[in-house]
Amino acid sequence: MQLNDTNQAVPAESGAYKPLIVAFCCNWCSYAGADTAGSSRLSYPSNIKIIRVPCSCRVNPLFILRAFQRGADGVILCGCHPGDCHYTTGNYYARRRMTLLFSMLDYLGIERERTRVEWISAAEGAKFAATMNEFAETINRLGKNRKLRDLRCEI
Amino acid sequence: MRDIREKLLKKIHELFDAGVVDRVVGWKAGEFCYDVTPALFNAGNIDEILYDAFCGPNQSKFLVKGAEGGEKKILALLKPCDTYSYNQLITEHRIDPEKIYALGIPCTGMVDINKIRALGISGILGIEEDGENLKIETLYGTESCKKADVLLERCLVCKGKNHVAGDELLIPDEEAPEVPKCAERMTEVEKLEAMSPEERFNWWRSQLSKCIRCNACRNACPACTCRTCVFDNPSSGVSAKVNTNDFEENMFHIIRAFHVAGRCTDCGECSRVCPQNIPLHLLNRKFIKDIDEFYGEYQAGAEPNVRGPLISYTEQDVEPSIVMTRG
Repeated sequence: MQLNDTNQAVPAESGAYKPLIVAFCCNWCSYAGADTAGSSRLSYPSNIKIIRVPCSCRVNPLFILRAFQRGADGVILCGCHPGDCHYTTGNYYARRRMTLLFSMLDYLGIERERTRVEWISAAEGAKFAATMNEFAETINRLGKNRKLRDLRCEI
Repeated sequence: MRDIREKLLKKIHELFDAGVVDRVVGWKAGEFCYDVTPALFNAGNIDEILYDAFCGPNQSKFLVKGAEGGEKKILALLKPCDTYSYNQLITEHRIDPEKIYALGIPCTGMVDINKIRALGISGILGIEEDGENLKIETLYGTESCKKADVLLERCLVCKGKNHVAGDELLIPDEEAPEVPKCAERMTEVEKLEAMSPEERFNWWRSQLSKCIRCNACRNACPACTCRTCVFDNPSSGVSAKVNTNDFEENMFHIIRAFHVAGRCTDCGECSRVCPQNIPLHLLNRKFIKDIDEFYGEYQAGAEPNVRGPLISYTEQDVEPSIVMTRG
Protein backbone atom coordinates (compact mmCIF):
# COMPACT_ATOMS: atom_id res chain seq x y z
CA MET A 1 0.00 0.00 0.00
CA GLN A 2 1.75 3.08 -1.23
CA LEU A 3 0.40 6.47 -0.52
CA ASN A 4 1.65 9.30 -2.64
CA ASP A 5 2.31 12.78 -1.35
CA THR A 6 -1.15 14.06 -2.07
CA ASN A 7 -2.59 11.35 0.17
CA GLN A 8 -0.65 12.41 3.22
CA ALA A 9 -2.50 14.04 6.04
CA VAL A 10 -1.46 17.61 5.49
CA PRO A 11 -3.04 20.79 6.78
CA ALA A 12 -5.64 21.93 4.27
CA GLU A 13 -5.07 25.22 2.54
CA SER A 14 -7.18 26.98 5.06
CA GLY A 15 -4.65 25.85 7.63
CA ALA A 16 -7.20 23.62 9.36
CA TYR A 17 -6.12 20.09 10.22
CA LYS A 18 -7.44 17.53 7.81
CA PRO A 19 -7.04 13.91 8.90
CA LEU A 20 -6.43 10.99 6.60
CA ILE A 21 -8.81 8.11 7.05
CA VAL A 22 -8.49 4.70 5.44
CA ALA A 23 -11.64 2.65 4.90
CA PHE A 24 -11.26 -1.02 4.01
CA CYS A 25 -14.48 -1.95 2.24
CA CYS A 26 -15.54 -5.40 1.19
CA ASN A 27 -16.23 -5.76 -2.50
CA TRP A 28 -19.71 -7.25 -2.14
CA CYS A 29 -21.48 -5.04 0.38
CA SER A 30 -19.74 -1.96 1.69
CA TYR A 31 -17.95 -0.97 -1.50
CA ALA A 32 -21.28 -1.18 -3.26
CA GLY A 33 -22.75 0.73 -0.31
CA ALA A 34 -20.31 3.54 -1.03
CA ASP A 35 -21.50 3.47 -4.62
CA THR A 36 -25.11 3.71 -3.47
CA ALA A 37 -24.18 6.67 -1.28
CA GLY A 38 -22.66 8.34 -4.33
CA SER A 39 -25.54 7.68 -6.65
CA SER A 40 -27.98 8.91 -3.99
CA ARG A 41 -26.00 12.18 -3.90
CA LEU A 42 -25.09 11.70 -0.26
CA SER A 43 -21.79 13.24 0.66
CA TYR A 44 -19.03 11.98 2.89
CA PRO A 45 -15.61 13.58 3.54
CA SER A 46 -13.13 13.42 0.70
CA ASN A 47 -10.25 12.60 3.03
CA ILE A 48 -11.62 9.09 3.48
CA LYS A 49 -9.69 6.82 1.16
CA ILE A 50 -11.42 3.58 0.30
CA ILE A 51 -9.41 0.41 -0.25
CA ARG A 52 -11.47 -2.34 -1.80
CA VAL A 53 -10.86 -5.83 -0.44
CA PRO A 54 -12.51 -9.09 -1.56
CA CYS A 55 -13.90 -9.73 1.92
CA SER A 56 -13.55 -8.12 5.33
CA CYS A 57 -11.59 -11.18 6.46
CA ARG A 58 -8.96 -10.39 3.84
CA VAL A 59 -7.78 -7.60 6.11
CA ASN A 60 -4.68 -8.71 7.93
CA PRO A 61 -3.91 -6.88 11.20
CA LEU A 62 -0.70 -5.81 9.50
CA PHE A 63 -2.71 -3.84 6.91
CA ILE A 64 -4.22 -1.76 9.68
CA LEU A 65 -0.89 -1.12 11.37
CA ARG A 66 0.69 -0.25 8.03
CA ALA A 67 -2.07 2.24 7.28
CA PHE A 68 -1.27 3.97 10.57
CA GLN A 69 2.44 3.81 9.83
CA ARG A 70 2.00 5.53 6.49
CA GLY A 71 0.10 8.39 8.02
CA ALA A 72 -3.52 7.33 8.49
CA ASP A 73 -5.21 8.95 11.48
CA GLY A 74 -8.09 6.49 11.56
CA VAL A 75 -8.87 3.13 10.02
CA ILE A 76 -12.35 1.74 9.52
CA LEU A 77 -13.21 -1.72 8.26
CA CYS A 78 -16.58 -2.22 6.55
CA GLY A 79 -18.06 -5.56 5.58
CA CYS A 80 -21.30 -7.36 4.95
CA HIS A 81 -23.64 -7.80 7.89
CA PRO A 82 -22.91 -10.97 9.88
CA GLY A 83 -24.78 -13.76 8.15
CA ASP A 84 -24.68 -12.01 4.76
CA CYS A 85 -21.07 -12.67 3.81
CA HIS A 86 -20.59 -13.45 0.12
CA TYR A 87 -18.26 -16.24 1.23
CA THR A 88 -20.71 -17.31 3.94
CA THR A 89 -18.50 -16.90 7.02
CA GLY A 90 -15.63 -14.50 6.28
CA ASN A 91 -16.95 -11.62 8.34
CA TYR A 92 -17.43 -13.83 11.41
CA TYR A 93 -13.70 -14.52 11.44
CA ALA A 94 -12.91 -10.87 10.74
CA ARG A 95 -15.10 -9.91 13.69
CA ARG A 96 -13.11 -12.06 16.12
CA ARG A 97 -9.76 -10.92 14.76
CA MET A 98 -10.63 -7.24 14.87
CA THR A 99 -12.07 -7.48 18.37
CA LEU A 100 -8.78 -8.89 19.61
CA LEU A 101 -6.64 -6.49 17.59
CA PHE A 102 -8.54 -3.41 18.75
CA SER A 103 -8.38 -4.59 22.32
CA MET A 104 -4.61 -5.05 21.96
CA LEU A 105 -4.17 -1.54 20.53
CA ASP A 106 -6.13 -0.18 23.47
CA TYR A 107 -3.91 -2.21 25.82
CA LEU A 108 -0.83 -0.59 24.30
CA GLY A 109 -2.34 2.81 25.00
CA ILE A 110 -3.32 3.73 21.45
CA GLU A 111 -6.57 5.70 21.25
CA ARG A 112 -9.31 3.14 20.79
CA GLU A 113 -11.54 5.52 18.80
CA ARG A 114 -9.10 5.42 15.88
CA THR A 115 -10.21 1.99 14.77
CA ARG A 116 -13.72 0.85 14.02
CA VAL A 117 -15.68 -1.92 12.33
CA GLU A 118 -19.04 -1.28 10.74
CA TRP A 119 -21.32 -3.66 8.82
CA ILE A 120 -22.82 -1.91 5.78
CA SER A 121 -24.84 -3.61 3.05
CA ALA A 122 -24.96 -2.60 -0.61
CA ALA A 123 -28.35 -0.96 -0.08
CA GLU A 124 -27.28 1.10 2.92
CA GLY A 125 -25.86 4.14 1.14
CA ALA A 126 -27.29 6.40 3.81
CA LYS A 127 -25.66 4.35 6.57
CA PHE A 128 -22.36 4.46 4.69
CA ALA A 129 -22.41 8.25 4.44
CA ALA A 130 -23.57 8.72 8.02
CA THR A 131 -20.92 6.33 9.38
CA MET A 132 -18.15 8.01 7.43
CA ASN A 133 -19.24 11.49 8.50
CA GLU A 134 -19.40 10.42 12.11
CA PHE A 135 -16.05 8.61 11.99
CA ALA A 136 -14.37 11.61 10.32
CA GLU A 137 -15.74 13.83 13.07
CA THR A 138 -14.33 11.50 15.76
CA ILE A 139 -10.91 11.48 14.12
CA ASN A 140 -11.00 15.26 13.67
CA ARG A 141 -11.61 15.57 17.38
CA LEU A 142 -8.77 13.17 18.26
CA GLY A 143 -6.34 15.00 16.02
CA LYS A 144 -3.21 13.65 14.49
CA ASN A 145 -2.15 10.07 15.13
CA ARG A 146 1.20 10.30 16.81
CA LYS A 147 1.39 7.05 18.70
CA LEU A 148 1.40 4.58 15.85
CA ARG A 149 3.10 6.32 13.01
CA ASP A 150 6.41 6.35 11.22
CA LEU A 151 7.52 9.88 11.96
CA ARG A 152 9.82 9.80 8.93
CA CYS A 153 6.67 10.03 6.81
CA GLU A 154 6.09 13.54 8.10
CA ILE A 155 6.53 16.15 5.45
CA MET B 1 16.07 -33.40 40.96
CA ARG B 2 19.18 -35.59 41.09
CA ASP B 3 17.15 -38.77 41.68
CA ILE B 4 14.75 -37.80 38.89
CA ARG B 5 17.70 -37.42 36.53
CA GLU B 6 19.08 -40.82 37.47
CA LYS B 7 15.70 -42.40 36.89
CA LEU B 8 15.40 -40.54 33.60
CA LEU B 9 18.80 -41.69 32.31
CA LYS B 10 17.96 -45.28 33.27
CA LYS B 11 14.68 -45.02 31.37
CA ILE B 12 16.38 -43.53 28.31
CA HIS B 13 18.91 -46.35 28.28
CA GLU B 14 16.06 -48.86 28.46
CA LEU B 15 14.27 -47.25 25.53
CA PHE B 16 17.46 -47.24 23.45
CA ASP B 17 18.22 -50.84 24.34
CA ALA B 18 14.70 -51.94 23.48
CA GLY B 19 15.14 -50.29 20.08
CA VAL B 20 12.14 -48.00 20.49
CA VAL B 21 14.08 -44.82 19.77
CA ASP B 22 17.45 -43.98 18.25
CA ARG B 23 17.86 -40.35 19.28
CA VAL B 24 16.60 -38.02 21.95
CA VAL B 25 16.11 -34.29 22.39
CA GLY B 26 17.61 -33.48 25.76
CA TRP B 27 19.20 -30.54 27.53
CA LYS B 28 22.82 -29.56 27.32
CA ALA B 29 24.71 -26.91 29.26
CA GLY B 30 26.34 -24.19 27.24
CA GLU B 31 29.36 -22.22 28.33
CA PHE B 32 27.89 -21.94 31.81
CA CYS B 33 25.76 -24.38 33.77
CA TYR B 34 22.77 -22.02 33.67
CA ASP B 35 23.04 -21.61 29.94
CA VAL B 36 20.97 -24.67 29.08
CA THR B 37 19.76 -25.35 25.54
CA PRO B 38 17.95 -28.28 23.94
CA ALA B 39 20.23 -30.56 21.95
CA LEU B 40 20.02 -33.83 20.05
CA PHE B 41 21.69 -36.84 21.66
CA ASN B 42 22.21 -40.36 20.34
CA ALA B 43 23.20 -43.66 21.88
CA GLY B 44 26.79 -42.52 22.35
CA ASN B 45 26.25 -39.55 24.61
CA ILE B 46 23.01 -40.15 26.50
CA ASP B 47 24.74 -39.80 29.84
CA GLU B 48 25.49 -36.14 29.12
CA ILE B 49 21.80 -35.24 29.23
CA LEU B 50 21.15 -32.71 31.93
CA TYR B 51 18.06 -32.35 34.03
CA ASP B 52 18.23 -29.74 36.75
CA ALA B 53 16.45 -26.55 37.76
CA PHE B 54 17.97 -24.66 34.80
CA CYS B 55 16.30 -26.95 32.24
CA GLY B 56 13.51 -24.50 31.50
CA PRO B 57 13.68 -24.55 27.68
CA ASN B 58 10.54 -25.96 26.09
CA GLN B 59 11.61 -28.76 23.79
CA SER B 60 8.48 -29.36 21.77
CA LYS B 61 9.47 -27.00 18.95
CA PHE B 62 12.67 -28.95 18.32
CA LEU B 63 10.58 -31.98 17.40
CA VAL B 64 9.40 -30.26 14.21
CA LYS B 65 12.83 -30.67 12.63
CA GLY B 66 13.99 -33.46 14.96
CA ALA B 67 11.24 -35.89 13.95
CA GLU B 68 12.23 -35.71 10.27
CA GLY B 69 14.40 -38.55 9.01
CA GLY B 70 15.79 -41.17 11.36
CA GLU B 71 15.07 -44.87 11.25
CA LYS B 72 13.29 -45.15 14.58
CA LYS B 73 11.28 -42.78 16.69
CA ILE B 74 12.76 -39.75 18.38
CA LEU B 75 12.45 -39.54 22.14
CA ALA B 76 10.94 -36.34 23.51
CA LEU B 77 11.28 -35.41 27.18
CA LEU B 78 8.26 -33.35 28.13
CA LYS B 79 7.69 -31.46 31.33
CA PRO B 80 4.00 -31.00 32.19
CA CYS B 81 3.79 -27.53 30.61
CA ASP B 82 5.67 -28.71 27.49
CA THR B 83 2.91 -31.20 26.80
CA TYR B 84 0.53 -28.32 26.02
CA SER B 85 2.82 -27.09 23.27
CA TYR B 86 3.25 -30.67 22.09
CA ASN B 87 -0.52 -31.08 21.74
CA GLN B 88 -0.79 -27.78 19.93
CA LEU B 89 1.88 -28.84 17.42
CA ILE B 90 0.00 -32.10 16.81
CA THR B 91 -3.22 -30.14 16.26
CA GLU B 92 -1.49 -27.96 13.70
CA HIS B 93 0.04 -30.98 11.93
CA ARG B 94 3.51 -29.65 12.54
CA ILE B 95 4.67 -32.88 14.13
CA ASP B 96 3.63 -36.46 13.56
CA PRO B 97 3.10 -38.25 16.90
CA GLU B 98 3.77 -41.55 15.09
CA LYS B 99 7.41 -40.56 14.73
CA ILE B 100 7.84 -39.49 18.33
CA TYR B 101 8.02 -41.32 21.63
CA ALA B 102 6.96 -38.77 24.20
CA LEU B 103 8.11 -39.40 27.75
CA GLY B 104 6.48 -37.24 30.40
CA ILE B 105 8.90 -36.18 33.10
CA PRO B 106 8.07 -34.50 36.41
CA CYS B 107 9.04 -30.92 37.14
CA THR B 108 9.19 -29.02 40.39
CA GLY B 109 9.64 -25.57 38.88
CA MET B 110 12.49 -24.08 36.91
CA VAL B 111 14.57 -21.13 38.04
CA ASP B 112 15.32 -17.82 36.38
CA ILE B 113 19.01 -16.98 36.27
CA ASN B 114 18.23 -13.26 36.23
CA LYS B 115 16.39 -13.53 39.54
CA ILE B 116 19.35 -15.36 41.09
CA ARG B 117 21.70 -12.67 39.81
CA ALA B 118 19.42 -10.01 41.22
CA LEU B 119 19.99 -11.50 44.67
CA GLY B 120 23.66 -10.68 44.23
CA ILE B 121 24.78 -14.24 43.59
CA SER B 122 27.40 -14.50 40.83
CA GLY B 123 30.03 -16.90 39.57
CA ILE B 124 27.54 -19.75 39.55
CA LEU B 125 29.03 -23.22 39.04
CA GLY B 126 26.18 -25.52 39.94
CA ILE B 127 22.78 -25.79 41.53
CA GLU B 128 21.25 -28.32 43.87
CA GLU B 129 17.72 -28.50 45.26
CA ASP B 130 17.37 -28.83 48.97
CA GLY B 131 13.70 -28.98 49.86
CA GLU B 132 12.27 -25.47 49.48
CA ASN B 133 15.74 -23.99 49.16
CA LEU B 134 18.38 -23.95 46.48
CA LYS B 135 22.02 -24.60 47.21
CA ILE B 136 24.07 -22.68 44.71
CA GLU B 137 27.71 -23.54 44.23
CA THR B 138 29.66 -20.44 43.22
CA LEU B 139 33.26 -19.39 42.70
CA TYR B 140 33.03 -17.64 46.05
CA GLY B 141 31.58 -20.47 48.09
CA THR B 142 28.14 -21.95 48.59
CA GLU B 143 25.14 -19.65 48.65
CA SER B 144 21.55 -20.50 49.29
CA CYS B 145 18.18 -18.92 48.53
CA LYS B 146 14.50 -19.79 48.58
CA LYS B 147 13.46 -21.49 45.38
CA ALA B 148 10.11 -19.69 45.31
CA ASP B 149 11.96 -16.36 45.05
CA VAL B 150 13.81 -17.27 41.89
CA LEU B 151 11.22 -19.26 39.92
CA LEU B 152 10.64 -18.48 36.24
CA GLU B 153 7.57 -16.35 35.55
CA ARG B 154 5.82 -19.34 33.97
CA CYS B 155 6.43 -21.49 37.04
CA LEU B 156 4.85 -18.89 39.33
CA VAL B 157 1.58 -19.55 37.51
CA CYS B 158 2.19 -23.27 36.99
CA LYS B 159 -0.49 -25.16 35.09
CA GLY B 160 -0.05 -28.12 37.45
CA LYS B 161 1.83 -31.39 37.55
CA ASN B 162 -0.39 -33.29 35.15
CA HIS B 163 0.83 -34.17 31.67
CA VAL B 164 -1.82 -33.71 28.98
CA ALA B 165 -0.05 -35.76 26.32
CA GLY B 166 2.62 -38.40 25.92
CA ASP B 167 3.18 -42.10 25.45
CA GLU B 168 4.55 -42.86 28.89
CA LEU B 169 5.22 -41.13 32.20
CA LEU B 170 8.48 -41.45 34.10
CA ILE B 171 6.57 -41.13 37.38
CA PRO B 172 2.76 -41.30 37.55
CA ASP B 173 1.35 -37.78 37.89
CA GLU B 174 -0.29 -38.68 41.22
CA GLU B 175 3.10 -39.58 42.72
CA ALA B 176 4.89 -36.53 41.34
CA PRO B 177 5.66 -33.76 43.83
CA GLU B 178 3.05 -31.03 44.22
CA VAL B 179 3.85 -27.77 42.47
CA PRO B 180 2.69 -24.72 44.36
CA LYS B 181 1.05 -21.93 42.39
CA CYS B 182 2.55 -18.67 43.61
CA ALA B 183 0.67 -16.01 41.63
CA GLU B 184 -2.48 -15.29 39.69
CA ARG B 185 -1.89 -15.37 35.95
CA MET B 186 -3.72 -12.16 35.04
CA THR B 187 -2.66 -9.89 37.91
CA GLU B 188 -0.08 -8.02 35.85
CA VAL B 189 -2.42 -7.66 32.89
CA GLU B 190 -5.14 -6.28 35.13
CA LYS B 191 -2.71 -3.80 36.62
CA LEU B 192 -1.94 -2.49 33.15
CA GLU B 193 -5.60 -2.37 32.19
CA ALA B 194 -6.32 -0.22 35.20
CA MET B 195 -3.86 2.45 34.05
CA SER B 196 -4.91 5.37 31.89
CA PRO B 197 -4.20 5.01 28.16
CA GLU B 198 -1.44 7.58 28.42
CA GLU B 199 0.26 5.73 31.28
CA ARG B 200 -0.10 2.45 29.44
CA PHE B 201 1.38 3.92 26.30
CA ASN B 202 4.37 5.26 28.16
CA TRP B 203 4.84 2.02 30.07
CA TRP B 204 4.83 -0.06 26.89
CA ARG B 205 7.14 2.41 25.16
CA SER B 206 9.59 2.05 28.03
CA GLN B 207 9.50 -1.72 27.56
CA LEU B 208 9.27 -2.16 23.81
CA SER B 209 11.89 0.49 23.07
CA LYS B 210 14.42 -1.90 24.59
CA CYS B 211 13.81 -4.37 21.76
CA ILE B 212 16.88 -5.06 19.63
CA ARG B 213 14.85 -7.18 17.22
CA CYS B 214 17.01 -10.23 17.76
CA ASN B 215 13.94 -12.40 16.99
CA ALA B 216 14.74 -14.67 19.93
CA CYS B 217 11.10 -14.50 21.11
CA ARG B 218 9.97 -15.76 17.74
CA ASN B 219 12.67 -18.40 17.41
CA ALA B 220 12.02 -19.89 20.82
CA CYS B 221 8.23 -19.83 20.59
CA PRO B 222 6.79 -23.33 20.11
CA ALA B 223 3.78 -21.81 18.35
CA CYS B 224 5.93 -19.96 15.78
CA THR B 225 6.71 -22.76 13.35
CA CYS B 226 5.82 -21.26 9.96
CA ARG B 227 8.30 -22.38 7.31
CA THR B 228 8.63 -18.78 6.18
CA CYS B 229 7.87 -16.14 8.74
CA VAL B 230 6.33 -12.84 7.68
CA PHE B 231 9.32 -11.18 9.34
CA ASP B 232 11.69 -13.08 7.05
CA ASN B 233 9.80 -12.25 3.88
CA PRO B 234 11.55 -9.36 2.11
CA SER B 235 8.43 -8.48 0.12
CA SER B 236 6.34 -8.05 3.27
CA GLY B 237 8.04 -4.72 3.90
CA VAL B 238 8.49 -5.58 7.60
CA SER B 239 11.46 -7.91 7.38
CA ALA B 240 14.02 -5.36 8.50
CA LYS B 241 16.49 -6.93 10.89
CA VAL B 242 16.51 -3.93 13.11
CA ASN B 243 13.70 -1.70 14.34
CA THR B 244 14.29 1.59 12.66
CA ASN B 245 11.76 3.52 14.73
CA ASP B 246 9.22 3.16 17.50
CA PHE B 247 6.45 2.23 15.09
CA GLU B 248 8.37 -0.90 14.10
CA GLU B 249 9.00 -1.82 17.72
CA ASN B 250 5.27 -1.70 18.38
CA MET B 251 4.34 -3.35 15.12
CA PHE B 252 6.72 -6.29 15.54
CA HIS B 253 5.40 -7.14 18.97
CA ILE B 254 1.72 -6.65 18.13
CA ILE B 255 2.03 -8.89 15.08
CA ARG B 256 4.18 -11.49 16.83
CA ALA B 257 1.64 -11.78 19.64
CA PHE B 258 -1.31 -11.71 17.22
CA HIS B 259 0.10 -14.53 15.12
CA VAL B 260 0.10 -16.83 18.13
CA ALA B 261 -3.19 -15.57 19.61
CA GLY B 262 -5.48 -18.50 20.30
CA ARG B 263 -2.54 -20.90 19.86
CA CYS B 264 -0.28 -19.61 22.61
CA THR B 265 -0.19 -22.03 25.54
CA ASP B 266 1.34 -19.34 27.75
CA CYS B 267 4.58 -21.29 28.14
CA GLY B 268 6.49 -18.07 28.66
CA GLU B 269 9.45 -18.93 26.44
CA CYS B 270 9.29 -15.49 24.78
CA SER B 271 9.94 -13.66 28.06
CA ARG B 272 12.47 -16.22 29.22
CA VAL B 273 14.72 -15.85 26.18
CA CYS B 274 14.40 -12.08 25.77
CA PRO B 275 17.92 -10.67 26.24
CA GLN B 276 16.40 -7.29 27.09
CA ASN B 277 13.97 -8.75 29.64
CA ILE B 278 10.87 -7.33 27.99
CA PRO B 279 7.78 -8.93 29.63
CA LEU B 280 6.45 -10.26 26.32
CA HIS B 281 4.17 -12.77 28.04
CA LEU B 282 1.97 -9.82 29.03
CA LEU B 283 1.04 -9.32 25.37
CA ASN B 284 0.16 -12.98 24.94
CA ARG B 285 -1.77 -13.06 28.20
CA LYS B 286 -3.85 -10.08 27.12
CA PHE B 287 -5.02 -12.07 24.10
CA ILE B 288 -5.67 -15.09 26.32
CA LYS B 289 -7.64 -12.94 28.74
CA ASP B 290 -9.74 -11.41 25.95
CA ILE B 291 -10.38 -14.80 24.38
CA ASP B 292 -11.50 -16.17 27.75
CA GLU B 293 -13.78 -13.20 28.33
CA PHE B 294 -15.31 -12.95 24.87
CA TYR B 295 -15.37 -16.52 23.60
CA GLY B 296 -15.24 -18.65 26.72
CA GLU B 297 -12.41 -20.19 28.72
CA TYR B 298 -9.84 -21.74 26.43
CA GLN B 299 -6.47 -23.29 27.12
CA ALA B 300 -4.51 -23.94 23.95
CA GLY B 301 -3.03 -27.42 23.83
CA ALA B 302 -5.12 -28.84 26.67
CA GLU B 303 -6.24 -31.50 24.20
CA PRO B 304 -5.20 -32.25 20.63
CA ASN B 305 -7.27 -31.64 17.52
CA VAL B 306 -9.67 -28.95 18.69
CA ARG B 307 -10.43 -25.81 16.68
CA GLY B 308 -8.91 -22.75 18.30
CA PRO B 309 -10.93 -19.61 19.02
CA LEU B 310 -9.57 -17.64 16.05
CA ILE B 311 -10.48 -20.32 13.52
CA SER B 312 -14.01 -20.72 14.77
CA TYR B 313 -16.92 -18.37 15.46
CA THR B 314 -20.45 -18.17 16.71
CA GLU B 315 -23.21 -16.01 15.29
CA GLN B 316 -23.62 -14.28 18.65
CA ASP B 317 -19.99 -13.16 18.98
CA VAL B 318 -19.41 -9.74 20.49
CA GLU B 319 -18.87 -6.83 18.13
CA PRO B 320 -15.45 -5.14 18.03
CA SER B 321 -17.10 -2.03 19.51
CA ILE B 322 -17.06 -3.81 22.87
CA VAL B 323 -13.51 -2.47 23.24
CA MET B 324 -15.07 1.00 23.37
CA THR B 325 -17.91 0.25 25.72
CA ARG B 326 -16.49 -2.10 28.34
CA GLY B 327 -14.77 0.79 30.04
